Amino acid sequence: MADPVLDIRNLKVDFTTRRGVAHVLDDVSFTVAPGELLAIVGESGCGKSMTALSILGLIPSPPGRIVGGSIGFQGRDLTRLPQSDLRRIRGGDIAMIFQEPMTSLNPVFTCGEQIAEAVRLHQKASPAAARTRAVEMLRAVGIPEPELRADAYPHQLSGGMRQRVMIAMALSCEPKLLIADEPTTALDVTVQAQIFTLLDDLRQRTGTAIILITHDMGAVAEMADKVAVMYAGRIIERGPADAVLDNPGHPYTRGLLASIPRIDADPDADLPEIPGIVPALTDLGRGCAFAPRCPMAIDACLAAQPRHVAISANHSAACIRLEPQEVSA
Amino acid sequence: MNQLLSVRDLKVHFPVPNGRTVHAVDGVSFDIRRGQTLGIVGESGSGKTTTALAVMRLAPITGGEVDLDGTPISRIEGEELRRARPRFQMVFQDPFSSLNPRERVGRIIRQPMDLLGLGEASGRDARVEELLTQVGLRAELKSLYPHQFSGGQRQRIGLARALATRPDLIVFDEPVSALDVAVQAQVLNLIRRLQRETGLTYLFISHDLGVVHHICDEIAVMYLGQIVEKAPAAEIFARPLHPYTQALIAAAPSLAPEHRRRGGGARLQGDPPSPVNLPKGCRFASRCPIAIDICRQEMPRLRELGPRHVVACHRA
Repeated sequence: MADPVLDIRNLKVDFTTRRGVAHVLDDVSFTVAPGELLAIVGESGCGKSMTALSILGLIPSPPGRIVGGSIGFQGRDLTRLPQSDLRRIRGGDIAMIFQEPMTSLNPVFTCGEQIAEAVRLHQKASPAAARTRAVEMLRAVGIPEPELRADAYPHQLSGGMRQRVMIAMALSCEPKLLIADEPTTALDVTVQAQIFTLLDDLRQRTGTAIILITHDMGAVAEMADKVAVMYAGRIIERGPADAVLDNPGHPYTRGLLASIPRIDADPDADLPEIPGIVPALTDLGRGCAFAPRCPMAIDACLAAQPRHVAISANHSAACIRLEPQEVSA
Repeated sequence: MNQLLSVRDLKVHFPVPNGRTVHAVDGVSFDIRRGQTLGIVGESGSGKTTTALAVMRLAPITGGEVDLDGTPISRIEGEELRRARPRFQMVFQDPFSSLNPRERVGRIIRQPMDLLGLGEASGRDARVEELLTQVGLRAELKSLYPHQFSGGQRQRIGLARALATRPDLIVFDEPVSALDVAVQAQVLNLIRRLQRETGLTYLFISHDLGVVHHICDEIAVMYLGQIVEKAPAAEIFARPLHPYTQALIAAAPSLAPEHRRRGGGARLQGDPPSPVNLPKGCRFASRCPIAIDICRQEMPRLRELGPRHVVACHRA
């Protein structure tokens, strides 16, 4: 296995709020190898988008602050780099696409100009070369008549086309790592399938590593090599996609998978629910954050943070109700 | 057969500049039997939400008939329409913008009864508490404001408001698409339980095939303002006949082993054409993998190809 592109260890991010300190990310560790697709999955507020923003050095500060851990990227710890270095990396070696393609493109510049700007900034290309590269990228992401579309403004394109422009821009500088934060949530299902196909195709061709942030277990199944499931700022289960989807270890992952209405399920049975709601990050106890909603919780769950327990090769979950078998570091 | 809602050749056309017209809903017909749920699925711009709004008389009806248990709701106006309103109510997609942030929850739920003069004024507060309990919230929460509730709880409040008038029909527009999946299951189970307990009839708009499969007795698929296929829920998933329905089902992300790492499995190219410049023939022909000449020349009519299974496709 190749060296990982990204190696995050024990990352901790705190937000200071009026109601106290929220541990937005707590002890988050994972790696992504070249050409690999890691899905980070969880519900709103679990910390998945915050993980992406930490990698890019975009945590709003104050109130946010990285208080521990490291983000290893190409032999450097991104948490220790000054903003000027991060600015060179962002949009260059690490690119990001966001959920809403309308608000993340500038409405007053053409799509071609916006892609060319990224190329000129990061690759010191001449305006003419950058323009050529922009058209080339629009063609690569499957936009018909790319020479014409390069002169179109974002509002002249459909949602699916705008997301393709975002992807073209993100990939224009041949990033080593692409972070896609809910890239298809605003899109229709047939267009989502097109975007997924495009991303999958690109990573196979270019070897770009991808972090896909999603709330959709279906998207995980379609796209991911491996998965990290987050709950209340922590990774509570991780492993190869098949292992996590077919043999989930953590009661939360099991509940999440069971509560999805599936086309192949018995429609007459009620959906299994996870009772209650996600806790506020400011009032987490000492123990497992899921324990108050967990059907398997015992007193010991509330006493201390559960450590990751191995289920199979590379597959582990943070739950003391699993077989007590310590994971080797 | 006991139809509660009957929609015939419904049209909603909006004029746009340069004398052109958006054919948002263009000749839609369906019935819903009492106590049953019809789901309408389709992508953005298919006209599914406009159909729901037209049934609710919240979008201007250009043509066609909407009949609710003998009341011609597409033709009545003014006081007559107001008197009919308690019988059909709506639950909206966005649990944030559909509740007035300045009103306490009890007042929000009570308001339909006050406005429509339902029941004795003195009994309405008791009814509010009963409704809150019915949707799984504690009665004392009535004095809180919407921002003090989670998205799922807010959707329960929207449901209590819709139930306040004791309607026969509830129209749901994407009621769970803004919710996280664990909360979505809670709300879907509640929606089904209420139907079992009270015999309500539902029109359920959604883009999520898993959700409609779970909640609907019958499903209509819309594309560019028209129904292209309609069948009982189990039938449409087992035997989708329209190439668009087939593509929708194939594109729906699934946990099934054959979907693993297939990278989306896109079947359709391009986007739907604009509802302003509609093609002459089948509206799906430009994206259809099996289109032939006749598809581009002649609009296909809905034909019955199975028990209560209708399809508009020359190739089906």
